[in-house]
Amino acid sequence: MTLPNILGVTAAAIVLAGAAVLGDKVVSRQTRTDRVTVIYWEKWTGDEAKEMRKVVDAFNRSQDRIVVQYLSISGVDTKTMLATAGGNPPDVAGIWLENLYEFSDANALTDLKPMADAAGLDASYYIKNYYDPLTYNGGLWALPSTPASIALHVRPDLVPKEYSTPETFPKTIEGLDRMVDKISKKKDNGDLIMAGFLPSNPGWWNWAWGPYFGGSLFDGKNLTLDSKENVRAFDWVRTYAKRFGAKEVQSFQSGFGTFASPQDPFMEGKVATEMNGVWKANYIRVYKKGLPWFAVPFPYPEDRKDLEGHSNLSQDVLTIPRGAKHPKEAFEFIKFVQRQDVMEGLCQGHGKNSPLAKVSEHFFNTHQNTYIRLFDQLARSPKAFNPPAIGILPQVRDELNVAFQEVSTEQKKPDQALHDAQQRMDTLWATYKDQVLNR
Amino acid sequence: MNKRDARIGILFASPWILGFLIFLTYPLIASLVYSLTNFSILRPPKYIGFQNYRELFHDQVFYTSLSNTLLYVAGAVPLSTIVAIGLAMLLNTKVKGMSIYRTMFFLPTLVPMVALGTLFLWVFNGDYGLLNAAFHKVNVTPPNWLGDPTWAKWTLILISIWGCGQAMVIYLAGLQDVPVSLYEAADLDGAKAWAKTKSVTIPMISPVILFNVIMGIIGAMQIFAVPYVMFPGGAPARSTYFYTSYLYDNAFQYQRMGYASAMGWVLFAITITLTTIALKLSDKHVHYEAN
Repeated sequence: MTLPNILGVTAAAIVLAGAAVLGDKVVSRQTRTDRVTVIYWEKWTGDEAKEMRKVVDAFNRSQDRIVVQYLSISGVDTKTMLATAGGNPPDVAGIWLENLYEFSDANALTDLKPMADAAGLDASYYIKNYYDPLTYNGGLWALPSTPASIALHVRPDLVPKEYSTPETFPKTIEGLDRMVDKISKKKDNGDLIMAGFLPSNPGWWNWAWGPYFGGSLFDGKNLTLDSKENVRAFDWVRTYAKRFGAKEVQSFQSGFGTFASPQDPFMEGKVATEMNGVWKANYIRVYKKGLPWFAVPFPYPEDRKDLEGHSNLSQDVLTIPRGAKHPKEAFEFIKFVQRQDVMEGLCQGHGKNSPLAKVSEHFFNTHQNTYIRLFDQLARSPKAFNPPAIGILPQVRDELNVAFQEVSTEQKKPDQALHDAQQRMDTLWATYKDQVLNR
Repeated sequence: MNKRDARIGILFASPWILGFLIFLTYPLIASLVYSLTNFSILRPPKYIGFQNYRELFHDQVFYTSLSNTLLYVAGAVPLSTIVAIGLAMLLNTKVKGMSIYRTMFFLPTLVPMVALGTLFLWVFNGDYGLLNAAFHKVNVTPPNWLGDPTWAKWTLILISIWGCGQAMVIYLAGLQDVPVSLYEAADLDGAKAWAKTKSVTIPMISPVILFNVIMGIIGAMQIFAVPYVMFPGGAPARSTYFYTSYLYDNAFQYQRMGYASAMGWVLFAITITLTTIALKLSDKHVHYEAN
């Protein structure tokens, strides 16, 4: 062997040996030797991130064994998935409830049930409507960070006097529609100036319209997107395209600013009522302080009084991805977040209701949202509902969004749009069962 | 070249070779293998033969996204070509301060795609957008560029002009290579401007046009960032849902990496086919100096 060859082989050997020795150090996120570092990835930015950072700091101060390193990242679901697949996930991942089932089906999460039960964090500790969706296939895959319930927000200055209080506001959808006809304003050429209500604003929960009419999306075995209740809901959506004109609504909505800005259509008075979450009060406080508003449960169909008090729920959740380096320490942190005083502080900071069964009077009395008790009641309502617990939830949501848009733009009739969505989802569900569930 | 020189040459080229093998060849082969598997990223891939490909050809959204993409290619490539050639011809004239103009027309191509998408959300906004404000000034009722399913795709085609600066520079280089003697001969024959363009300029830069058209087709087939920012989920009603958006959603939203890999290879096959057609059609229209 010549000298250059020997040198080359030696250099290669040094590089390989270095990689073997230092490899773990390079991918390790352990920053301190005196404490276990728990890596926590969370979706929030801005004020919401700041509130969670306060919790993290409080946890780090509360003991001397674990240090949580908080990282606010975009696309937390995708990044967690890729990091988990790569074998180097964070110890705690703050994802959305909507991700939970596909992650769980893919065996990407740690079952928290044994640790949660041992810590006394069982079903009785939480509001049932928030705890139940975290359990799936016999496991407990997450615990809440901050939850929400949704209600109809109303501008009393834009509705007739007889409807301008929570008590006198129409209780039924038909009553709401009559009010909308009364107060909506158009120019001579048909352009909208103010809409009493728009099902497409903000358009975040198009999957929920069916359940608001008593429908469901999944019966435990099969998807039921084109059930008669769901078709009825989309028929109602269509009446708004007919009432205002599909093109006029599109044009009107294209001028809406984002919800986190003073150009928000509700704050600007372009819509008199709007479906939104408990957090809306926070944005009103920041961008239009002093704006008159109140919240009521979304009206129910006249012939379905049994649905009174319904609300679609959502929640941000804390999970421990499979392969996390320090699952026990990660759970210590999650347990800390579940403490009543910590959870109430975080939920107040986010302008949300608490997911816990016990809520202090102090929480209600000091909350920035005047209607926080309503949102709490809605979360506890037996008529409140969550998105269906199914691994193809992202596809279901996307497909119903498309069906909603097809109906809103009058491209398809409601039964056709939902029939098409059902057919497509039936195929995808069969494939999912074959490729994921029965694998 | 002796062995020693070859070894040294390979050694110097090895960073690139390694990068090519690790970051291009391996993913390419891996994606071909994954396209034959049920692979959700979080679980090991399982061989399923051509099932992903079979499913693809029965998938309505696949056809929707493909037809949206082909329509975009059919609109954006010719439009960008015409605008880029036109600009290059203007920038090839002898005007004072030409280098400033050339820089100005090239600068837009440096804007990141996401920033571009956000910018055009404001320009094309149906209510308070700059463009519609201009239409209203001249009493013309403008369309709802972003909200109307019929117009949304055309909006993206119009936006594609923004990025034609790169092609423009290549056309400009091509135009400067056209021998002046040909224009002088045309002048002697009494040819007017259009005749000179048609009979001298276009034939002489035809190889450049072919190159840019092929690159344009390949780029347009992969349109992703701008519609992803401007039209989340391909709204309204999937009218702006493009092939790569569907591919991305399958890979990263629905965790169907095997299916997404199959989509990638079908896209490759379609792009190769379109490129071959463009090359075949060019046989009679492209003139090379060597010929």
